[in-house]
Amino acid sequence: MSSESTIHSQEGVISSAVHEAHEVHHHHHEESFISKYVFSQDHKMIAKQFLITGMVWAVIGGLFSVIFRLQLGYPEMTFPILEDIFGKWAAGGRISNDFYYALVTMHGTILVFFVLTAGLSGTFANLLIPLQIGARDMASPMLNMLSYWFFFLASIIMFASLFIQTGPASGGWTIYPPLSALGQATDGSKLGMDFWLVSMAMFIVSSLLGGLNYISTILNMRTKGMSMTRMPLTMWAIFFTAVLGVLSFPVLLSGAILLLFDRNLGTSFYLSEIVVKGEILPNEGGSPILFQHLFWFLGHPEVYIILMPALGMVSEVMSVNARKPIFGYLAMVGSLFAICILAFLVWAHHMFVTGLNPFLGAFFVLLTLLIAVPSAIKVFNWLTTLWRGNLRFTPAMLFAIGFVSLFISGGLTGIWLGNSTLDIHLHDTYFVVAHFHIVMGVASMFGMFAGVYHWFPKMYGRYLNNTMAYIHFWVTLAGAYLIFWPMHYSGLAGMPRRYTDYTNWQSFNMFADMNRFISTVAMVVFAVQLLFLFNFFYSIWKGRKVTTTNPWGSNTLEWTTPVNPGHGNWPGEIPEVHRWAYDYGKDGRDFISQVEPVGANESKH
Amino acid sequence: MTGFFILAILALAFLVTFQIAKSSEYVSILKGEEKTFQQNNRINAFLFIVFLVLGLAGAWWCNELFYEKTLLVQPSASDHGEQIDKMLWMTLVVTGLVFLLTQVLLFWFAFRYQYSEKRKPYFFAHNNKLELIWTVVPAIFLTVLVGFGLFYWFKITGDAPKDSQIVEITGKQFNWMLRYPGKDGVLGRKNYRLTDASAGNQLGVDWEDGASHDDIENTELHLVVNKPVQLVINAQDVIHDVGLPHFRMKMDAVPGIPTTMWFTPKITTAKMKEITGNKDFVYEIACDQMCGAGHYSMRGIIIVETQEEYDVWIGKLKPQYAQVMDDKQKASPVTTAPADTVKVSSTPVVSKPIAQNR
Repeated sequence: MSSESTIHSQEGVISSAVHEAHEVHHHHHEESFISKYVFSQDHKMIAKQFLITGMVWAVIGGLFSVIFRLQLGYPEMTFPILEDIFGKWAAGGRISNDFYYALVTMHGTILVFFVLTAGLSGTFANLLIPLQIGARDMASPMLNMLSYWFFFLASIIMFASLFIQTGPASGGWTIYPPLSALGQATDGSKLGMDFWLVSMAMFIVSSLLGGLNYISTILNMRTKGMSMTRMPLTMWAIFFTAVLGVLSFPVLLSGAILLLFDRNLGTSFYLSEIVVKGEILPNEGGSPILFQHLFWFLGHPEVYIILMPALGMVSEVMSVNARKPIFGYLAMVGSLFAICILAFLVWAHHMFVTGLNPFLGAFFVLLTLLIAVPSAIKVFNWLTTLWRGNLRFTPAMLFAIGFVSLFISGGLTGIWLGNSTLDIHLHDTYFVVAHFHIVMGVASMFGMFAGVYHWFPKMYGRYLNNTMAYIHFWVTLAGAYLIFWPMHYSGLAGMPRRYTDYTNWQSFNMFADMNRFISTVAMVVFAVQLLFLFNFFYSIWKGRKVTTTNPWGSNTLEWTTPVNPGHGNWPGEIPEVHRWAYDYGKDGRDFISQVEPVGANESKH
Repeated sequence: MTGFFILAILALAFLVTFQIAKSSEYVSILKGEEKTFQQNNRINAFLFIVFLVLGLAGAWWCNELFYEKTLLVQPSASDHGEQIDKMLWMTLVVTGLVFLLTQVLLFWFAFRYQYSEKRKPYFFAHNNKLELIWTVVPAIFLTVLVGFGLFYWFKITGDAPKDSQIVEITGKQFNWMLRYPGKDGVLGRKNYRLTDASAGNQLGVDWEDGASHDDIENTELHLVVNKPVQLVINAQDVIHDVGLPHFRMKMDAVPGIPTTMWFTPKITTAKMKEITGNKDFVYEIACDQMCGAGHYSMRGIIIVETQEEYDVWIGKLKPQYAQVMDDKQKASPVTTAPADTVKVSSTPVVSKPIAQNR
């Protein structure tokens, strides 16, 4: 195999949708830089594009959180350097209120959509689907390419909004109208909000193009013998994720378009009886609550869109490195399915205190707490997978175990918040911040890290540096708990989220020390993420080379391809699959690849 | 300058880490990959146990530091809050036990079953009985939590008692405005198009409605201890939220859709000063829904007092209508029509349909 790293040696051919097994790889087309690295239709290159764009966004979004944590941790201090960089937004070295809310809003938007949706699903769905089901590429490489470029367009628009005179959107990532509809109410709801909405519309197009592609590829292009129940759990997770996205993102699109109408065309979908800054608006008959329904009908599935790929990758990584089958494969699939269905039926638990009919609220309590059942099944199945295994702590495995810990911690507080009675007290306090950051933010990030460490050899034909990976893992895990665990306490004191300054509040000003501590840890954790990025980019070119096709001793199909697979993935015929993906430690054998026919004397399980 | 130093130190730390990391790779080649792997595996397995122990100790320490600062050490200031606290403790016990059990198992298994050349992993693909157990047991616990949760939920969100005090609270960027119904117990009708702060009508009350004439407007929320109160909640510009941490209550204020919330205050401000040992104690209203640049400063005050104190306080206040008419007369005594000619509606008017968004 070529000793160059993938990025130098990929011999993929950009022929649209050529899936026949003929010898595309032996043609050695000279590809232009543009067709290979920019407008590539190779799913592996598109995955890398999603990943690296996601990383750029993660640095921006993470940096924003560091800046606003400065304000929260050190409200009395001034940072002249901020004024040098941000001008009027940090006049006198103090973060202005408008700036603070812009930072919080963009942090949420960027991390939820651009990093953990596009960066996570976009990367691993693209990379793994064809490789793990045994296909040469996606069902439509062209749409796949467009999916990335619509994401890129959305990114450009969102990035541009950061430089508008009146600032980017600043009404929170949930952009509730009327705040987001009325430029008079806040500067962020002027031009910045239009940019936000248009960017999200592009993002939704990208997400739909990608999602439809994922679904059709998984349903139609599995190799011979790869029945649905033989697919690795990553595939199931990504499949359900795509289904969720395809069914829920259009609802957000409709919500966003109606909001654009309200903002620019004088309609009253969300506006009624408003007096803003002394100005009496003519709008009557709309409902701000309607927007919340539309938003959360995506918004809640969205958190599972973020989480489910992580659930799948963690299952896969854990089984491989425990050298033991995933426990309860069918129960794992079933619980993913249950989560997928329930994800559509719980959106109003974000709205218990909006004046929602309490009777209706009761159903949402029931359905919300029901999600704890499949989640519990998953946790216990993971624990049983570890039980009596032979655990190899590769960096990916560390992150997988860290994921389970965070999923438990954050999931259990969901049982508090999903209960409307407790939500009355805890709604919009720091308890919520702690809950969703742990279970959706950090946990999904851990799933993503597990994926990157595990499949980096497949992407680039090299390994990441282990020592840096260990430092990355331990500091991030400890940091995540140090940052978010104490927040439960300020939440239990009723401390509201999204305040720039608590010093004037008798009820909440006793947490100044805690806030300073959290801010300090946040900066350390951010720095360690930069270490990871350094490791990532350094290793692309200088990492230890992968010398074997199957470095982790894994059963799945991606490890039957060459170290640096070209466009089309397998040089010869696509392998046939004869068994499920989890025959580890069976009949005294370390692992049995999916492509190996079932032997005559093999035991059944 | 300090910023520069911090950056320099960071860069140095990066460099050192990177060099160590890089050299460890060379060392591993010298030592043999298998041996390095085993060594690293042991270290990481050990760190999992260290993390578990330190983590549990840290959680304990965190509790020592911050428990006193939460509301859990104070009795709830409202009857609903007491039920919410009960629910909270119940949930804490259930989830706390599950937390301990699963986290300990997770990190213990990670340590216990770390790689060893001798161990053969146990091929264990599924077991219906086990899976059934951890489907049914969580389901039972959750049913109990849902049951209690809904029981309290319906009590809290049920209809307010008939003898409730009614107070209207309206949010706007960035303060709260209160309106008390006066002797008739009925709030006068409103029409947002009549809002005119310069004319003393910042709430947009329709003075044509006689029920509005004795309504009192103020900036402080005064409540009578042990008397149920129903808040009628409005917003003028964007969504706000009436957050009452000490009462454990919360309800959004939505423009165009009035909401309600009721509870019975149990502890007067004076008593709460004794309980907390804080002579400056005051009940605060916190806006809990992001409402713009001044969101963090949208603070209101609640005074809970005895009926006698309340009567004295409200007795001193003049209805807004009378004030407006006084001002008008002062400004142009000739042209203004006398206030008494406004027809006083005889039928009690419900101020505005108090929708609950049903």
